[in-house]
Amino acid sequence: MLNLGRVCLTLALLIALYGVGASLYGAHRGGPNWVDSGRRAVYAVAGVLTLAFVILEAAFLRSDFSFALVGSHSSTTTPAFYKATAVWSSQEGSLLLWVWLLAVWSSLVLFATRRRLREVAPYATAILLGFAAFFAALVVLLANPFGPADPAPAEGAGLQPLLRHPSMMVHPPMLYSGYTLFAIPFAFALGALMTRRLSPEWIVATRRFALAAWLFLSFGILLGARWSWSELGWGGYWAWDPVENASLMPWLTGTAFLHSAMIQEKRGMLKAWNVSLVLATGILAVLGTFLVRSGILESIHAFGASTLGKPFLAFIAVLVTGSTILVVTRLDDLRPEGSFESLLSRESVFLLNNLVLVSLCFVIFWGTFFPLISEAVTGQRASVGPPWFDRYTVPLAIALVFLSGVGPVIAWRRATPRNARRSFRLPLAAAATAALALALVRGVWREPLALLMFCAAAFVLAVVVQELWRGTHARRVASGESAPVALASLVSRNRRRYGGYVVHVGVAALFVGVAASSTFQHVRDVRLSPGQTARVGGYDVRYLRATSELSREKVTLGAALELRRDGRHVTTLMPSRGYYPSRDPTLGPAGRYFDGEATSEVGLRAGLRRDVWTAVEPDIDALRRMIDGIDRRFPLAAGDSATLMLGAIADRYEALPPPASFRLIVSPMVEWIWLGGLIAAAGGLIALWPAPRAARRRAGAAHPAHVRRELSRA
Amino acid sequence: MEYVLSLIVLAAAVAVVASPLRRGRGTEPALEAELASLAAAKEAKYGEIRDAELDFQTGKLSDADYRAVDHALRAEAIELMRRLDAAREAAAGERPHA
Repeated sequence: MLNLGRVCLTLALLIALYGVGASLYGAHRGGPNWVDSGRRAVYAVAGVLTLAFVILEAAFLRSDFSFALVGSHSSTTTPAFYKATAVWSSQEGSLLLWVWLLAVWSSLVLFATRRRLREVAPYATAILLGFAAFFAALVVLLANPFGPADPAPAEGAGLQPLLRHPSMMVHPPMLYSGYTLFAIPFAFALGALMTRRLSPEWIVATRRFALAAWLFLSFGILLGARWSWSELGWGGYWAWDPVENASLMPWLTGTAFLHSAMIQEKRGMLKAWNVSLVLATGILAVLGTFLVRSGILESIHAFGASTLGKPFLAFIAVLVTGSTILVVTRLDDLRPEGSFESLLSRESVFLLNNLVLVSLCFVIFWGTFFPLISEAVTGQRASVGPPWFDRYTVPLAIALVFLSGVGPVIAWRRATPRNARRSFRLPLAAAATAALALALVRGVWREPLALLMFCAAAFVLAVVVQELWRGTHARRVASGESAPVALASLVSRNRRRYGGYVVHVGVAALFVGVAASSTFQHVRDVRLSPGQTARVGGYDVRYLRATSELSREKVTLGAALELRRDGRHVTTLMPSRGYYPSRDPTLGPAGRYFDGEATSEVGLRAGLRRDVWTAVEPDIDALRRMIDGIDRRFPLAAGDSATLMLGAIADRYEALPPPASFRLIVSPMVEWIWLGGLIAAAGGLIALWPAPRAARRRAGAAHPAHVRRELSRA
Repeated sequence: MEYVLSLIVLAAAVAVVASPLRRGRGTEPALEAELASLAAAKEAKYGEIRDAELDFQTGKLSDADYRAVDHALRAEAIELMRRLDAAREAAAGERPHA
């Protein structure tokens, strides 16, 4: 099936190139048949890439080591779930996933708009196929996943141990879905610029795709953070790593676009700003993909140095240059149709929110690329750490959360000042109450930034509750419905508005978690022998005993830790470290495990109030004599005899455990981050879900006479 | 076997992509884009009217402000409807009579 896979990839590249030509020719001279053919080229690319992806998946699931990629990223002992997801653990497989997702989403949007946007769609099709052609060229020419293994090995290397975590396996498809979905508004914005059809039509047509992109990217980022917290063993969920930052930047500009697009839809304003935002988002998404693969910045998440850097840089240069030229040459067509009527309007708040989001993106961009900038200017590579990022991002994040509460209580166009004051009364009281209540918690007053974030979050929550209550009340008065029915129909008929409010609550909860966990965290690094106790964040952690486990995949050495608070038993945590065998033939049957790769399994007690996080680093040096002795005396041991000897090492570790190093962390409200993410995702889904038929019909083209009569009476 | 499968995939892809080219030359109504643009603007205007109504019902606008905003929005909607009607009539005039 290797050849069929290669044929599919080559076909995808050729069809994509044909589609670019057909779409552009159809738009200029050839007419709708050529445009239609270009659109069908997208479906065909999606079809052949789906087949290629299925072939590769099947090879992984069957452990077909005649595929070089399968041999280097999977093994017969890899569990089935990880076999299925190991496809995108490699450079080659992840690029195939990228282009496949792009083709699928592009097919969906072009099918949905096949009878609309007749002028813009052919150009958008050409751009989407241009993206597809670039990535297809990469997988055909530079990173082909269908390379043969000659000879095929009897056993594979297995999946990178750090990636053996459910979050990490779902994280790439989510992230890539976000990136590739953002290519859709990007392509339609460019199409609108090329054709000078800059009415909100392209925004309306791609709105759900932009929202879906935001949703997937949010989920992907959070899954990455969750993986970092529970797998990496350093005790954090965000390290301002370049690859983490690369995913956050398009999220920030994409979030800004989702807000400012509403102003263009409603008022015909901010056209230049919106196209700039969406073009920046699309380019940042490609930049994110580039950073993971180029090796230009050091990151634990990157695939390492590769040959893909230059093509990516050239592609990004084309995107930046083309986008800039198009925006500059269309400035006359991008003039606003209306103007801000009042500073006290939702438009103004959205604009402020946009400025904060873009400022955040700029700070992160600067901090991420500072090593390259400093190297270019001074010849020395300097980097900035988390304190630098925190100094600028924390105040901006507080402003962002606060503004997410201000927007919903201000009317579009112009708010009535008296009504605005009344609308702010309850939320401000809630924020003040939160401040007073938190004054009772020891130490909170000494952290004004955290306190401000908590108050801003209380403000947002009160705003949303007030909005739901007022809306429900108004609906009950108008329709006589019961409160639950009125609430349900209010949200159902205004999904975008109330879905957005739910997102705001989720984001506020998330930032409360970030503020609390980063400000009030207790960390201790200790070395303990069995029976010894360490104290951290009000907990006593007692090292009860050493543990060990032997499986086909790895040797696990760990610890049983008793957690006590105020003298009472809370739980027993079992942190461990898994040692995976190296494929280096010079290492002996025991040394290949302990000198190979190792990963931490965190012992975690999670709760809404606090997480207690523990990781262990067993002292392998104490076992070194035994390991070396086995390697020296039985260098060719394999199978059952090797297992027996590894079992002896594990038993020895359990019976005579040396002191082990532990990292102990008590971190408040970390779970709020994941919970806030889930709330935000639920809000995003509400906003994404199509409006009920009745609500759409009110403004639908099927009843123009009725609507006209209704409007004429005004 | 792989050779045959590759040929089938190639044939299917060519069939999908080339099928529109076998049709007669299609026609593209000249005003269709304008119509779509106006229809989108009209939908957005209706959305604005509904939002203003909800803002009023949830206490963000005074009675006087709401009446002024609503009046302006409805006037803009009526203007859009007129332009839409004119574009529809122009498009109907361009179509060949059966």
